[in-house]
Amino acid sequence: MPTYTMRVFRGDARRGDFREYHVETAEGMVVLDVIHRIQATQAHDLACRWNCKAGKCGSCSAEINGKPRLMCMTRMDTLAAGAPITVAPIRTFPLIRDLVTDVSYNYEKAKTVPPLRLKPPDPDGRYRMMQEDIDRIQEFHKCIECFLCQDVCHVIRDHDLKRQFAGPRFFIKIAALDMHPLDTRNRTEFAAREAGIGLCNITTCCTEVCPEGIHITDNGIIPMKERRADDYDPIVWLLRKFRGQRPEPA
Amino acid sequence: MAVEYETHEHDVIVIGAGGAGLRAAIEAAAQGVSVGLVCKSLLGKAHTVMAEGGIAAALGNVWPEDNWQVHFRDTMRGGKMLNNWRMAQLHAQEAPERVLELERWGALFDRTKDGLILQRDFGGHRYARLAHVGDRTGLEMIRTLQYHAIHQGIDVYMECKVERLLRDGERIRGAFGYWRNTGAFVLFKAKAVVLATGGIGKIYEITSNSWEYTGDGHAAALWAGADLIDMEFVQFHPTGMVWPPSVRGIVVTEGVRGDGGTLRNNQGERFMFRYVPEFFKAETADNEAEADRWYEDKRNNRITPDLLPRDEVARAINAEVKAGRGSPHGGVFLDIGTRRPPDYIKKRLPSMYHQFKELAGVDITKETMEVGPTCHYVMGGVRVDADTTQSTVPGLFAAGEVAGGLHGSNRLGGNSLSDLLVFGRRAGLYAALYAKDLGGRVVVDTAQVEAIARELLEPFTRPWNENPYAIQAELQETMQDLVRIIRTESELRHALRKIDGLKDRAKKVRVEGGRTYNPGWHTALDLRSLLTVAECVTLAAIERKESRGGHTRDDYPKTEAEWGKENVVVRQKNGTIQIAREPLPEMPVELRRLFEEKK
Repeated sequence: MPTYTMRVFRGDARRGDFREYHVETAEGMVVLDVIHRIQATQAHDLACRWNCKAGKCGSCSAEINGKPRLMCMTRMDTLAAGAPITVAPIRTFPLIRDLVTDVSYNYEKAKTVPPLRLKPPDPDGRYRMMQEDIDRIQEFHKCIECFLCQDVCHVIRDHDLKRQFAGPRFFIKIAALDMHPLDTRNRTEFAAREAGIGLCNITTCCTEVCPEGIHITDNGIIPMKERRADDYDPIVWLLRKFRGQRPEPA
Repeated sequence: MAVEYETHEHDVIVIGAGGAGLRAAIEAAAQGVSVGLVCKSLLGKAHTVMAEGGIAAALGNVWPEDNWQVHFRDTMRGGKMLNNWRMAQLHAQEAPERVLELERWGALFDRTKDGLILQRDFGGHRYARLAHVGDRTGLEMIRTLQYHAIHQGIDVYMECKVERLLRDGERIRGAFGYWRNTGAFVLFKAKAVVLATGGIGKIYEITSNSWEYTGDGHAAALWAGADLIDMEFVQFHPTGMVWPPSVRGIVVTEGVRGDGGTLRNNQGERFMFRYVPEFFKAETADNEAEADRWYEDKRNNRITPDLLPRDEVARAINAEVKAGRGSPHGGVFLDIGTRRPPDYIKKRLPSMYHQFKELAGVDITKETMEVGPTCHYVMGGVRVDADTTQSTVPGLFAAGEVAGGLHGSNRLGGNSLSDLLVFGRRAGLYAALYAKDLGGRVVVDTAQVEAIARELLEPFTRPWNENPYAIQAELQETMQDLVRIIRTESELRHALRKIDGLKDRAKKVRVEGGRTYNPGWHTALDLRSLLTVAECVTLAAIERKESRGGHTRDDYPKTEAEWGKENVVVRQKNGTIQIAREPLPEMPVELRRLFEEKK
């Protein structure tokens, strides 16, 4: 198997640059394997986050040759061996060290999302939900919180509107709760006022980088934006007033 | 030299934020005490996230015949009757309510046609029993608990590693560790501590376990004076990926077989029919037609031998490979592509489809998978009181994989997630009650704390130059080669000598760089617990001179009735690890009847 030249970012919030490492690879190796090999043999203190190494935990997000990806799911043989391969930390969050960033912004936003408010059970005390009614929400529940969608979102990455904007990860969280068949809360106001969904201009960058293939924009963000538009539609508002029901998700 | 550290005080601290830790923290907070939840990784990344197949609970949604007694019986038989019967009983009785509670907290399990929670077949379970979400049940569980927990007023300490438990005379007083981000030290004063630190799988080379599984909780409990039991029982999941080398060990869910997949050798033979032990013969199909009918009709057919408990299947695969009937890369074949339609496979097993496609270039709807045993779980752990989960040290509680007893000598698939919920809740509840009863303020011996802190800094200044990663790798090789699925005394003794040598070398580890997020330093510190648990496993394996569950001795191949009445207990006295044999708690007559009635 070929030897690769890896250009890995080394440094902290104050200073840093790319350092070159030459690594021999074996069949099937992923970028995370190569980082581990560098750690074990050339740079014991090279900092990176990882847990499952199977694309399930979303810890090892990085920018590989400029593309935000999971290191554990990026096979070396999909990258050209001739040119150096750069591995950089995800850029949107403050750097801690090397490939590790401070993603606490996401955990702060998570706390602001109003949780499930359960409706009463069926008369026999059980809850029933039909599979077809939860298919779409199960898609959102596939999220592994790798925060790659947050990393590429222009509102966060380029405009740094972290205070007033929750980001795509939390738009699908809000959508999942709003579409939950047992939930009784309406988060439309929250999505607009607290989470800043209006700032999203649907460039679909989030959807493109999602390692779980979640249709963040089409199935999550756009229906929520439409619902907000509906909520301000006076006819819909009147209908709801008389019928006493909340608008159904698109 | 005075050492700096920050101090936090809680009634209860929970160490570990996987399923058990989160559930414990939620329950403790519900009792109105102050709770700190300390986790090594970011919240929601713990090992629970990797669980695939499902949560075992006798809900009876698919087979109304199912109930807690059947689940209890399956669990005990799966563990070859070495389980703590009371834990197995509580587990089977409470698991359904814990699953329904998750649903009320927002979890979306796959549904039956009537809109109830769907249940799937798994090894050793008489009926389809596992509540699941495709093959990503662990993710659903941890996310549900995580998002429930963040609204309960729990203080979460992320990327914070506990190194030692603190004791003052008889009682637990808290814990001491460091922030991974900064390397700064942190003292947690607490009236009660819940250990929910998971397992020890990183002592093996081929393992499904992540970097976190370094046996921290097992080792810290032992050092604090708690008893460990059943440490000889290590579960090798029969179906780990074997190719390519970089993915070796990643688990292929038992759900593949639960959903109709079958194991074959290189002759195309469904070899499991040749490996049905006497103990399971009466309940297992002896021909392919019956085995295949069983998926649809459990009343008139016996279970397929593909779904024997994991210890049996792992040994069978091991034997097939040894006999030269293995796959090209040293495993056997797992086939679902010829047995179920592609859409069904993609719907039921999306992660497996994705994992093989991306990492191995294999389309499981068309091609067979190559699989072989991988270290997956330790049945042994902290000896606890079944009802309260309290260890032999007052104020120290343990739940989940770090606790021993529930699974006996072998755990059934699906019984881990339910274990986390049932005993996580109990640990949180009883730790909170204990803390309330205790009252007063916690005083910690600062000299003890400073001594620990200085010890943790040693790797930066030692005059030697041992590489922490190299020692970890050598330990993993040692355990892989000498404390294997099939064990013998001479190899186990050889392993002990090697572990001793590695312990000496670990004292000479030197790390470069500073304290900020330095994985070299973290690995150096992890060595102490890794080597300790490796020694515990090996010593316990030498002691048990029989074969049972996750402990197979080439030199003692039979299961012995006498050994079925005893646990091997590991404890530390005056700095050395001691081994004892102590009687199992005796099962009451009314429960024993469950094993006599149905054969």
